[in-house]
Amino acid sequence: MRADRQEQDLKFTRRALIMSGLGGVALTGLAGRLYALQVLENERYRLLSEDNQFNYYLLPPSRGRILDRFGVPIAENRDSYRALLVPEQAGDLEEALDRLAQYMPLSDYTRARILRTARQQERFRAITIEDDLDWQTFSAINLNAPDLAGITPDVGEVRAYPYGAAFAHVVGYVQSPNDEDILNNPREAERLLRHPGFRIGKTGIESAREMDLRGSAGALKTEVNARGRVIRELPDQSEPPQAGQDVVMTLDADIQRFAHERLGQEAASAVVMDVNTGELIALVSTPSFDPNLFVGGISVRDYSALRENDHNPLFHKSIQGTYPPGSTFKAVVAAAALEHGLVDPDETIRCTGSTRLGPREFHCWRRQGHGPVNLHEAVKTSCDIFFYEMADRLGIDRLYDMAVRFGVGQQFDIGISGVRSGLMPNPAWLRGRYNEPWTTGHTYNAGIGQGAVSMSPLQLAVMTARVASGRAVEPTLYRNALARPAPYIGLSEEALTRVRAGLRGVVHEPGGTSYSLGGLGIEGVEMAGKTGTAQVYSITAEERASGVRDQEDLPWRLRDHGLFMCYAPADRPKYACVVVVEHGGGSSAATRPARDILRRVVARDPSSRPGVFADLSRNDRGGA
Amino acid sequence: MAVFRETVPRDLQGKLMELNWTLVLLLVLLGLAGIGMLYSVAGGSWSPWAFNHATRLGVGLVAMVVIAMFPPRFWMGVSYPAYVVALLLLVLVEVMGVSINGAQRWVDLGPIRVQPSEIMKLAIVFALARYYHDLPTEKVTSISGLLPPLMLIGAPAILVLGQPDLGTTLLLGATGVAVIFMAGLSWWFILVVGGIGLFGMIGVGLYGLENILADYQMDRVRAFTNPDFDPLGINYHPNQAVITLGSGGMTGKGFLEGTQSQLGYLPEMQTDYIFTALGEEFGFVGGIAILAINALIMAQAVAIAISCKSPFLRLLTIGITTTYASYVFINVAMVSRLLPVVGVPLPLISYGGTVVLAVLAGFGLILGAHIHRNAEPPRGAGLFG
Repeated sequence: MRADRQEQDLKFTRRALIMSGLGGVALTGLAGRLYALQVLENERYRLLSEDNQFNYYLLPPSRGRILDRFGVPIAENRDSYRALLVPEQAGDLEEALDRLAQYMPLSDYTRARILRTARQQERFRAITIEDDLDWQTFSAINLNAPDLAGITPDVGEVRAYPYGAAFAHVVGYVQSPNDEDILNNPREAERLLRHPGFRIGKTGIESAREMDLRGSAGALKTEVNARGRVIRELPDQSEPPQAGQDVVMTLDADIQRFAHERLGQEAASAVVMDVNTGELIALVSTPSFDPNLFVGGISVRDYSALRENDHNPLFHKSIQGTYPPGSTFKAVVAAAALEHGLVDPDETIRCTGSTRLGPREFHCWRRQGHGPVNLHEAVKTSCDIFFYEMADRLGIDRLYDMAVRFGVGQQFDIGISGVRSGLMPNPAWLRGRYNEPWTTGHTYNAGIGQGAVSMSPLQLAVMTARVASGRAVEPTLYRNALARPAPYIGLSEEALTRVRAGLRGVVHEPGGTSYSLGGLGIEGVEMAGKTGTAQVYSITAEERASGVRDQEDLPWRLRDHGLFMCYAPADRPKYACVVVVEHGGGSSAATRPARDILRRVVARDPSSRPGVFADLSRNDRGGA
Repeated sequence: MAVFRETVPRDLQGKLMELNWTLVLLLVLLGLAGIGMLYSVAGGSWSPWAFNHATRLGVGLVAMVVIAMFPPRFWMGVSYPAYVVALLLLVLVEVMGVSINGAQRWVDLGPIRVQPSEIMKLAIVFALARYYHDLPTEKVTSISGLLPPLMLIGAPAILVLGQPDLGTTLLLGATGVAVIFMAGLSWWFILVVGGIGLFGMIGVGLYGLENILADYQMDRVRAFTNPDFDPLGINYHPNQAVITLGSGGMTGKGFLEGTQSQLGYLPEMQTDYIFTALGEEFGFVGGIAILAINALIMAQAVAIAISCKSPFLRLLTIGITTTYASYVFINVAMVSRLLPVVGVPLPLISYGGTVVLAVLAGFGLILGAHIHRNAEPPRGAGLFG
C-alpha cells in the first residue's frame, strides 16, 4: 500500500514535470515570437505604425511666373475662389445644397457628384463644390456663412494669362496632367501631379520650362487617428512647398500685344529680334486663342471651333510655318555674289522682263523689264533677271554655303519645342529626295528664293538680323543679363554695306519696291527692308483669258503669301522685324504691319532715337 | 518527519500563516500591470476601465483569500453540484441568453450578468478532480472508468461550441484531457486515443474544414493563413496587432506613448488585445516580463500540486493551472499572429469582470490546496460526501 502510494506520487510528479516542460516550450516559443516581431522585424513594424500615425498632406507649390523683359507678368497666378463642403458639419447634405442653391446655381450633375463623393469618403473630408467662383457668388457665400453650415469658402491659385491670346503660342498654357504626363514624369512627382487642381505646362514655355516653373511640393505632417481624423498638425516637422522660379523672357509684352493686334485676324506671323544679341522681342502668330480657356479645361465645342478654323489658330506659324522666302532671299544672293567677287558694283545687267534657259523662259516679276540694272538697283527693285544671273555665277554650292551662313535650313533652339528648320536645297538633297539631277533651272529658282527653298518667319528674322548686324546671331527667348553680341559672321564689311544700302533703297529711294511706304515714320530714323512673295498657285492662261488677272480674284486659299523683312535704324541696325501674311495676295499685305511694329519697337527704345544716339556716339568718342 | 509539516492548520490565523504569499504577490503584479495598461489605452484615464479593473481585482483578491480558507472536504462536497449548476446555466444561455457581438454567452441573473462558460471552466475541474479522487487507481485506465469523465467534458463542450465559442470549447477540452492525463491514464491508452485523434484530424482534413466550422470561423482561418485576406475587415485586428507589437521594439515607446494604442488603431484593445499595447509601450522587455511572471505563477502552482497529498487537491490544482496556462498561451499566440483569432483574454490584465473573478477564484482554490496540502480526505465516499 505504501509502495503503491509512493509510486503514484512519483508518477504524478513525473507527469507534472512533463506538463511543465510542455509549458516551458510553449513559453519559450512565445518569447521567440516576440523577439522576432519586436527586435528583429522592429524596423518594418515601426514604419508601418508611423504610416498609420502620420499623414502627409501635400501642399502644392506656387507656379513660377513668366515675365517679359521688363518684368511684366505674362503668366501669373490669381486667386481662385471656391466653395467646399464638409459633410460632417453640414448635417443633411441635400438640405445644405438646397440652401446653397439660393446663392449660386447648382446643376443636377454637380449635386450628384458631391453626393457620390460624400458617400465614398470620410465625413470630415472637404469636397470641392465649385471652382473659380466669381466674386459676387463668393462674397454672397461668405456673407451668408452663418446660414450655410458645412460650406466653407476657400481661396486657391489658378494660372492666369493677362495678355490672353497675344502670347498663347509662345507661352503656351497649363492643364491638368493626363496619364501620359504622369508616366513621363519622375515617379516621386506622381502625388503632386495627381493633386486636384494641379496644372502642368502643355505647350510653349509653360511646357519647355516646366521643371523650373513647377517648384516642389511641400508636405504638412499631421498626426491622425485610426479613422484618418487629424489629431494635430506638426508644422515644425513639415516641409513648406518651394515655389517655382520665375522665368524671364526676352519678349516685350507691349510689342507682342501691339503686333498681335496689328495683324488682326489675318493668318499671319510676326517676329521681332535684337539684331546684335538674337533676343526675340516679339513672336506672334495670328489668329490666336485665349489660353485661359484651356486652364480650366476647354469645352469640346470651343476646341473643335479652333481646330476647324481654316486660319489655323492652334498652329504656331512664326516657328512652325515654313514658306518660300521669295525675294527676301535676294539679300543673301547679293551678299554671296559680292563676297565672292563675282559682280562689280557698277556692272549692269539688262532686264528685258525674261531670260531664256534652254527651252524654258524665266520671267522677271516686272513683265516689261527693268532695263539695265546694277546690284544696288536690282536689290531695290527686286529684279529677278539680275538674280538669275547672280545665282548662275555663284553656282548652287556657293549659294548653298552662303544661305547656311545666314541660317537658312538651320535648326534653331529657342527653348520651346516645334521649331521647324525649313530647307535650303542642293544637288545632294534633290537626288536623295526625288532622285533627280540638279539643273541650272533649279539654281535660278533658288536665286530668287523660290522652288524648294523654305524658311520659317523665325529664320527670316535670323537672316535679316545677320544681314543687318553681320553677326551670327542665334535666336533666344530667355533673358540672360550676360548676353553679349554674337560673333561676326565673317563676311567683308564692304559686301554687307552694299547689300544694306540696297535694302535701305527699297524703302527710301524712288523706284524701291516699298518706297510708297513712306519710311519708318520717326523723324531722323531710316529703315531698310525687303519684300517677298511666295507663290501658292500660278494663274493659268485660261484663267487669265477668263478675266482672273489679280490675286484679289482668286479664292483666299490660293492667294500668294506676302513677306516683308525689315530692320532699323538703317545706319546702325538694332531691331529686325519680319511679317508673313499667309495668302495675303502679295508682299504689300505684310509691309505695313511690319513697318508699324518696327516703328513701335524703335520708339520704345530711347537709345535708337537720333538725339540719344548722337549722345552715345559722343561718349564713345570721349572714351576712346 | 517534522510533525508540523504533516498537520493541516485548522484555525484562521494558522491558515493565513500558511498562505503562499509568493503566488499572491505574482498575481498582484499582473493585476497592477493590467491596471496600468487599461489606464494607458483609455488615453491616460482611470475611466472607463482602470478603476473598475482595480475594484474587481480588490474584490477578487479578498474572495481568493476567503476561498483559500475553506477545507478540501467542502469543495469536494460542492464539486458535483457546482458542475450541475454550471451545466444548467449553459443550457439557460441557450434558452434565454444575451447576445453580444453575435455570440450568445451571457445570462442575466438579476443584477449581475454572468458568463456560464467561465464558471464551467472551474466546475469541470472540480467534477473531474472529485471523480478521480474517488476512482480506484486501477480503474483509471478502463472503459468504465474513462467514460464518465469523457461525458463530463463532452456535455459542456458541445453546449459551448454551440454558442458558438470555439476558444472556450478547446480550453475545456484541453483542461479535461490534462486532468485525465494527470490522473494516471496509462501511456498505451494515451497512444491509442492519440492515434484515433490523429486519424480523426486527417479525416476532418479530407472532409474539409469548411464543412465543420461556421463561416465566420472559416474566415478567421483563411485570414490567419493569408494576411492580405480582407485587410480592412477580418484581418484588420490581427494585422494591426502585429504592427502594434512589432513597433514597440526592444524597450518600447514608453508609457502612454504608444501611437497605435493611443490613436485607436485597435478598437476594443482593453480586452483581448491588451498585450499588444503593453508590447508597444514597454517593448520586448515588457512582454518578456509578463511571460516570466506567468511562468513563475505556473511553476508555483505545479509545485503546490506536487506537494499535495490528496488526488482531489492535486488534480484540482493541476486542472486550474492548465486552464490558466492555456489562457496565457492562446492569448499571446493569438495577438502575435501565431494562432487564428480566438476570443481568449489575457488573465488579470484584460478588462472583463467574470474572467478576473474566475481566475482569482481559481487561485483561491490553489492557495487553499497549498494550505491544506497535507489533508487527506477519504476516497470513495458517496456523491455528496
